[in-house]
Parts: sequence; structure tokens; C-alpha cells
Amino acid sequence: MAMTRKQRRLILIGAGVGVLGLAATLVLTALRDSIVFFNSPTDIVEKQIAPGTRVRLGGLVKPGSVERGEQLAVRFAVTDGNRDIRVAYQGLLPDLFREGQGVVAEGTIEPGGSFRADTILAKHDENYMPKEVADALKKQGHWKAGEATQAKAPGAPQGKLQ
Amino acid sequence: MIAEVGHYALVLALGLALIQAVVPMLGARMGDTTLMDVAGTTAVVQFVFVAGSFAALAWCYVTSDFSVVNVFENSHSLKPLIYKITGVWGNHEGSMVLWVLILALFGALVALFGGNLPATLKANVLAVQSWVAAAFYLFILGTSNPFLRLPQAPVEGRDLNPILQDLGLAIHPPLLYLGYVGFSISFAFAIAALIEGRIDAAWARWVRPWTLAAWMCLTLGIAMGSYWAYYELGWGGLWFWDPVENASLMPWIAGTALLHSALVMEKRNALKIWTILLAILTFSLSLIGTFLVRSGVLTSVHTFASDPTRGVFILMILVLFIGGGLALFAWRAPLLKQGGIFAPISREGALVFNNLFLTTACLTVFVGTLYPLALEALTGEKISVGAPFFNLTFAPLFIPLLLAMPFGPLMAWKRGDLYGVAQRLLAACGIAVLGIAVTFAMTSGGPVLAPFGVGLALWVIAGAVTDLVERTGLFKLPLSVVARRTAGLPRSAWGAALAHGGIAVSLLGIVGVTAWGTERIASMKPNDTISLGGYELTFNGALPRQGPNYRELVGRFTVRLGGNVIAVMEPSKRTFPARQSSTTEAALLTRGVSQLYLSLGDPGPDGSLALRAYHKPLVLLVWLGAVLMFIGGGLSLSDRRLRIGAPKPARKPALAPAE
Repeated sequence: MAMTRKQRRLILIGAGVGVLGLAATLVLTALRDSIVFFNSPTDIVEKQIAPGTRVRLGGLVKPGSVERGEQLAVRFAVTDGNRDIRVAYQGLLPDLFREGQGVVAEGTIEPGGSFRADTILAKHDENYMPKEVADALKKQGHWKAGEATQAKAPGAPQGKLQ
Repeated sequence: MIAEVGHYALVLALGLALIQAVVPMLGARMGDTTLMDVAGTTAVVQFVFVAGSFAALAWCYVTSDFSVVNVFENSHSLKPLIYKITGVWGNHEGSMVLWVLILALFGALVALFGGNLPATLKANVLAVQSWVAAAFYLFILGTSNPFLRLPQAPVEGRDLNPILQDLGLAIHPPLLYLGYVGFSISFAFAIAALIEGRIDAAWARWVRPWTLAAWMCLTLGIAMGSYWAYYELGWGGLWFWDPVENASLMPWIAGTALLHSALVMEKRNALKIWTILLAILTFSLSLIGTFLVRSGVLTSVHTFASDPTRGVFILMILVLFIGGGLALFAWRAPLLKQGGIFAPISREGALVFNNLFLTTACLTVFVGTLYPLALEALTGEKISVGAPFFNLTFAPLFIPLLLAMPFGPLMAWKRGDLYGVAQRLLAACGIAVLGIAVTFAMTSGGPVLAPFGVGLALWVIAGAVTDLVERTGLFKLPLSVVARRTAGLPRSAWGAALAHGGIAVSLLGIVGVTAWGTERIASMKPNDTISLGGYELTFNGALPRQGPNYRELVGRFTVRLGGNVIAVMEPSKRTFPARQSSTTEAALLTRGVSQLYLSLGDPGPDGSLALRAYHKPLVLLVWLGAVLMFIGGGLSLSDRRLRIGAPKPARKPALAPAE
């Protein structure tokens, strides 16, 4: 059953289309189920996101809002200058988690409008503000010029979002 | 003065690169050997100039010359010498100089060791290589000059980001760049072949060692980066599917596919057009990786500075080389002659299967990495695509690949016997099933799929061993024959078996860590004890300590196993006053191939200390597998066939690439 070049090519193309189809299905399913949208506190209030949806919340840790409880429980507020969202978290905070600094929290919105985070990402360098947070603050007009120039200092290494 | 010399050397290198980009190609067109030979000289001298430029920058760092902006921004006079040197590439400008240094190094190596290449091919390859080099010299000189001076020299520098002050980081970028940039040689060979409109099996034989060397460095570089993230970031994770990590993974996958398709081309003169396309795509992905990391469109530890002009410049380089390469491909590829014919069930068929799944897997990573950027540009919506996406897409595509892996090397060229190969793999299949059963019986908890992961890894390892057993005739032939056959086995056979086994070893480690790893987060007071993975950890207390350019708080923990003290672990939290930043230094205790991992959190108001403790079973296998792949690649590279495979081996010394 010697195959002609044409038959061989058809098999190759068929296999290629099959695998690509499989990959496309996988990618589309995964994109529907596993991506997380980034929101500022204002977005969360305005978009009325359904409780239980997984989102990323970004903004500044509101000064004076951090309360530490038993068993490494932490509560704090994330603000973009316009709205505040209360965040509850249990676990270790990143090295650079500080009041008044940028933070990104990943988790779900609770029915009462507060936010339960299971991951806290903070900037890893004093020169660096997570891009999402910077954009969210700019949108609310709370971007300070000093921070802007600092964030753009040439050659300054930036931190990994953790 | 030294800085100006470095700057000037870089300008001269650009001049040479421009000459090398044009003259040899004209020579090849007109058949003028004198013009073609220019390439060899300029490539070597170019390397000397770039090396001089790099040395000048390193000198500024070592002597802490803070009048140079780059040194002021990223160094500190109290920093240990080793980190002064590694700081050279711990920033955007310096890392670009390292990039062109390696590019020039590869060019010089082709010039020196490419003696058995046909003259026109060599001239064209070096010319194409020089286009890439010229583009990057222009980029450095135009947008990222590392030799800029400050009008007044500050007394002290601003120090390197403390998490970058680490030995793992000293080796990670150079290895990664050796990989990225090494693929530029495959690219140059592909473009040269398209320009000449002629390509044959010998071409694949010349291009394979370079691809292999680049692939080896990239493998080790990725593993190194992953290990660095694991112990330095204090989160115990070894792969985050961070866009920057993906940027290095994509060329690796494409490069792996290229290695395999070049094999088909070399042996059977088939898949020529596909191999050329893969060579272009692999380097394109390296360039895209550079763009993602260097342009500031992504935020990560690797993104040193976000300056829009740099992003635009790199984007232009990207469009020029990827667009140009693919356009040339579309125009010239139809001229290339068709290769040998083969049945779907054959070694070639298996390698096509490999290529199909590797490139598709690479595509899913590409989509997952770039989709958020595209979405933000189009709709302004910000999303993050994380591990769940890649677990759902990448993993299902890798499973068939690993299932088919043992079949490939056992299959005959041109037309294989699937049933016969399956029979020979019966023992390997038995071992895998046994492994699944034993894992099920021995472990409780963990995902149901985990034992199958172990089975898959054992299947691939046993398959690799089967290949060696079959080739040497072990268990079938008398021992003396086996010994002779073993000695006569080409090194590339050992290399392939080792590399395939290495993948499986890494898989075993990944399965072990994700399925049976345990984590505890606790707030501990002195003399508190917690248990984790069978170990008991007692907190003895915390004490402050002073380092060369940091202060640290060290927590002391006694580790007991069955009541006996086996170690004292000292994780710490360091504060670097120069940058007012802090890092978490994890403490690691290695037991076999498993590790205990302790990382400190913040001290509480009541004298307690937050601790994150992990038990990571089999974790070292992840990187050990990568080392096996590296060694496998090395063995293949040292194979006689690749050194003297060219048509005229007698006259010139053997080709010994990057050894």
C-alpha cells in the first residue's frame, strides 16, 4: 500500500487540522473559565459584579485601615481615591505590603460587597507600582506627579508582581 | 575615560556589522571569494570590539564609577564584588550589551569553526547574522546607552534590586541569552538557504549542532531561573506561568521541535520547508521574548524600565526580522525541492507527530501570553491569564506527546511496524502500570490523576531504557557482543535517551510537588512546634544579624524526625537600607530529592513570628531532569557525525561547535 505524495500530504493536513482544532477547543474553554478580570474599587461598585465571581482588585492600601487579627488574619481597605472596598485575607503578606502603597488582591466578592482575597500581590520595589494599579489611579485622577517620575526612573529595576 | 572607550568600541562594532551585512552577500552574488572572506574577519573583530565594550562596562562597575548613570543606578560600593560584576547585566542597558556580546560570540564561532561550510553559505549566514547584530547595536546606541555620564559623580550608588543580588541570577541571564541568541544562527542559516534557493541534508547537519547548543543553554537557563524564583521569592513556587517565563518557554518548545525536524531532514532529506519555517519561527519567538521582556508592556522582575521609545524600537526590529523572514519564506520556499517520501507509521511520522504537538502546545502558550495584551489594547479590559489556563491547555497537549515518545526512537525510518514496536515496549508498559498500582497503594490523598502522572513518567523512562537495551542487544545476545555494541553505540543515541528520560524525571518532580506537597502557615512563638510532612519544627527564637549591605532578622528552627534532631534551619528577612527594601531568604533542607522549605513572614506584636513552611516531595527532580536534558544534548553534540558530517571533511580541521 505504497502511498502517493498526495495521500501522505492529506493525512498530514488532516492530523494538523485535528490537533489544531483540539487546541482551539481547549483554549476557548480555558479562556471562558479561567481568566480573571482586573477591577478598581470603583469598577466593582459600578459594574455590580455578581458575588462569587473571581476578580483581581487593585488600588492603594488605605492608610490606617489595616487590622490584624488572630491566626494571621488581616483586614484592610483598598481605595482608588473614589471608592473603598474592604478586603479580608488570611496568611502571610508580601514583603512590600504597606499602608498607602499599591496592592493587587485576587479573590471573590462576598454578598455584602466586601472582598475575600486568597492571594495578595504587592509591588516588589519602592520605584515600582503595578501597571494596573497605576492606570486605575490615573483614571480617578489620583496619580501624583512625584510617583510618576519615580516610577519612570531610567534603569530602575522593577519588582515581580507577587 | 574607560566608559568612553567602551562606547566607542560599540560604535566601531556597529560599523563592522554594517560592512559584514552587505559586502559578503555581494561577494556571494558575484562569486567573488575575496568579498566573501571579509565576513570571517569582520565577525571575529566585531566580537573583539563588543567584548572590549562589555569589559569597559564591567570595569566601571567593579571600580564603582558612579559618574556613569548606569552604574550609579544599579550598583553600590559596599556590594560584594561578585554582585558588582553580575550587576552589569542586572539592568536593561547592561543586559542588552550582554545580548550583543553573545550574538557577536556566535558570529565569531561560525567564522572560526565553519571552515567546512560552502563559501557562499558561510558568507550569507554571517551577513544575515550581522543584520541582526546591527539592529541591536543601533538599539543600544540609540535608546539604551549604558555609558552615559552624569555631570557630577554621586558619592554612592543606588544599589542593585536586592532580589537580584543572588548567584542564581548571575548565571541565569547569560545562559538564557546563549539560548535565545543561539537560535539566531539557525535563523541565519535558514535565511541564507532561502536566499540561495538551495537546501539539502548537509544543511541540516550544519545547522543542528548550533541549534542543539542553543537549546542546551536555554534548557539550563530556564531551569536556573525557575530554581532562582523558587528559593529567592519565598513563595515556594517553581513556575508561575508569568508572561516573562512563557517568553523563554516558547522558543524552547519551538527549538525542541526544530531539533527533531532537522533530524528528519538530515537523515531522510524530508520536511525541508517545514524545518526552514521552524528555524525562522524559533528565532522570532526569541525576539518576541526580548520584546515582551524589554519593552515594558509587561510588569515583572525582568522589566527593568518602561521607556516607550525602546518598546517601539524593539517592535520595529521584530517586524523587520519576523516579517522579512516570513515574507522571504513565502517567496522562496516554493523553489525548494521536495524531499523523500515516508509512510505515516514510521520514524518520520513519529517526528511529525512530535512537531505537530510541540508547535500546537507552543501556540497555546503564545495565545495565553499575548491574549491579555491584545484584549487590553482593543477593549481596555484588563485580565490575567494564569496557571489554570495553561493547565487546561498545555498539559492535555503534552500528554499525547509523552505517550508517543517511547515509540519514536524504536520506529524504523521510512516505514515502521507499530505492532512490533508495541511488543518491544511491553516491558516498559508493565513498569508503568506497576508504578501506577504501587503509587495508588502507597499514597493517600492527592489528586486521582497523580498516580497516572507517575505512570506516564515511568513509561517514558522505561521507554528510553528499552531503546538502549534494544540497540545494545542486552538480555538477548552474549555479553561480549553487548559490550562491543555498547561501545559502538553513537553518542547521539545515549543523548536522545538521556534527554527523553530527563523530561520524564522533571515530570516526576512536578507530579510529586503538586500532588503530595504540603504547606503550613503558622504564627509561632518561641518553643512552639508544628508538624509538617512527618517532620517536627520547633521555633527557637529570632535574632538580628548584620550583613555587608543589609540587616537581617534570622529565625532559628530545629527540625526533628521521629524525635531525633536532624537539622537547624535559619530562614531570614533582609532589609537593604540603600533601597529601603526587604527580601525574604528562604531556608532549604534537602532530604534525598525532597526539600523542606521555610520562609519568614512579619513579626507579630506579641513576639510571635509568621512562618510559611512547605514540604516539597521530589522537588529536586524538576531541575535534575533539566540537567539530564542538558547532558543528553551535550552527548549528542559531541557525536562524531555532527562534527565531521560535511562533504569535505578531509582538508579542514573538524567542526567543533561551542565545545
